[in-house]
Amino acid sequence: MTEIGHNVSLSERARRIRRNALRMGEVQGQGYIAQALGVADVLAVSYFHATNYRPQDPEWEGRDRFLLSIGHYAIALYAALIEAKIIPEDELGTYGMDDSRLPMSGMAAYTPGMEITGGSLGHGLGIAVGMSLALKRKGSKSFVYNLFSDGELDEGSTWEAAMSAGSYKLDNLIGIVDVNQMQADGPSLGVMNFEPLVPKFEAFGWFVQRVDGNDVDALVKAFDAARHHEGAQPRMIICDTKMAKGVPFLEARERNHFLRVEPHEWAEALKIIDAGAVA
Amino acid sequence: MRRSKYIRPEHLLNNGDRPRLTTSAMIASIAGPDQPTKPAPFGHTLAALADRDPRIVGLSADLAKYTDLHIFRAAHPDRFYQMGMAEQLLMMAAAGMAREGFQPWVTTYAVFASRRAYDFICLAIAEEMLDVKIVCALPGLTTGYGPSHQATEDIAMFRGMPNLTIIDPCDAHEIEQAVPAIVAHKGPVYMRLLRGNVPLVLDEYGYEFELGKAKLIRDGRDTLIISSGLMTMRALEAAKELQKDGVDAAVLHVPTIKPLDEATILAECRRGGRLVVVAENHTVIGGLGEAVAATLMRSDVRPAAFRQIALPDQFLEAGALPTLHDQYGFSTGKVVSAIKGWLDE
Repeated sequence: MTEIGHNVSLSERARRIRRNALRMGEVQGQGYIAQALGVADVLAVSYFHATNYRPQDPEWEGRDRFLLSIGHYAIALYAALIEAKIIPEDELGTYGMDDSRLPMSGMAAYTPGMEITGGSLGHGLGIAVGMSLALKRKGSKSFVYNLFSDGELDEGSTWEAAMSAGSYKLDNLIGIVDVNQMQADGPSLGVMNFEPLVPKFEAFGWFVQRVDGNDVDALVKAFDAARHHEGAQPRMIICDTKMAKGVPFLEARERNHFLRVEPHEWAEALKIIDAGAVA
Repeated sequence: MRRSKYIRPEHLLNNGDRPRLTTSAMIASIAGPDQPTKPAPFGHTLAALADRDPRIVGLSADLAKYTDLHIFRAAHPDRFYQMGMAEQLLMMAAAGMAREGFQPWVTTYAVFASRRAYDFICLAIAEEMLDVKIVCALPGLTTGYGPSHQATEDIAMFRGMPNLTIIDPCDAHEIEQAVPAIVAHKGPVYMRLLRGNVPLVLDEYGYEFELGKAKLIRDGRDTLIISSGLMTMRALEAAKELQKDGVDAAVLHVPTIKPLDEATILAECRRGGRLVVVAENHTVIGGLGEAVAATLMRSDVRPAAFRQIALPDQFLEAGALPTLHDQYGFSTGKVVSAIKGWLDE
């Protein structure tokens, strides 16, 4: 675990990540805000409990690799990278602007801490397989985390990667799938029924846990179990999350894959998030 | 035009008086009966280079044996990764390994790399300028198995991909020189592979491969044949035949399709009023021929005439390779007669 700010609770980290994401959303007036709010707890536990990294040296060889397969979740990862002090907070206002280091879809060449170019969905897990094989070849003890979405479970390439990770017994690979039940065309299970997920990944040779992805304590336990599991197998944490978690009036919106938020609503959302702040 | 599948081939059933060729193995040799060859030049060269370069790893999608990568696998078993029959995964995993400092050499058939894995090569590898080398067998018309295995449009597809270097070698001599040059080149490369017993052609011309360079292999006053891959072998054979009839043919070999050596191509096309013929093992659309044509147009260079020897914009037929090469104009005899016809126009 990285050496920054042990005195700040993970819930507070998650709250700040939500806050950063809302402020970036306000720059554009719209975007993948619901996903960012939903996955904030997962990112808080990832960056402030589970992974090793050096904020001043994002390419430090000893770091754990955290791959964002879902390019449009970039707003969420930027929010976490800002909180982790890998990206300076004052760049937050440049989100999506020309010449910004924070483009709308995450790309490795643009942003410190962004390990891969996501966005063509279904790439992350396979790249993670290659990195896990490579780290083993180098004798590295680092983990490779790949955060992907339930929509990416529709992609055949995800399952090619899942099968190979089991076959190669990649015990340094931790998959995190954000099951927020929302895709571009509507609720995920209506787009394609990918359930039952636990036995599917188990059948592919993975050590699988399914947790409430908005329960920080449950996430901590799951990440610890994933890292310390003794079986020679890859590890999958299936995180059931709620879109727009933490801002009830946005949670209530039926179609929130790409949220349009009225100008006055940003302040309202920030007020709700700030109400949960630790003094 | 394909025959109807409901018409029986009576001429084959009624004991025709001449023997007919059969499709035989997946990868038919392109070597002539008396032609010198070398076995598996790619596999042997890569295995030897890997002795000195620990970055090199090999990956295949259940086709190591058919891409000569089994030679590498036998020499360096712990550096070979079997990715299963999953070309998307093959490219993603290679991208991941390249990110960690290795130089992955991945092999499959050209149809699968281009048609099935394009997005993964494009976004996971090329956009990131990762040092992945993609080496693919069965380029163009080098198998009689039909469109499922004939990569007739791979160059057209890959030319559209930024950052990607494209190599179409002619023979074993060139493959042995191209592989170390590709190791030394930083960035993604797509190489069309000739595998098995590969003809030796260019050694007798004192040829040396240089990445990005077109080389004039023989000079001639009447026509300039610009070619790549196995069609350079056919062009050189055709030039010898044409010489007997007093036709003086030059052959400019262009193994690097991208980036194209435009300076050399323009310089050669500016010389004298020669017929320019581009010969390529690829569809007439989007390959070397159209790349050369566009280069000439952009520089206002007008040869006496410009013609293409290339595959038609069709899904090709199945059959024996010599039959198909003759049918589609790739045999030496067909190249000779096409050029004579154009010179007489």
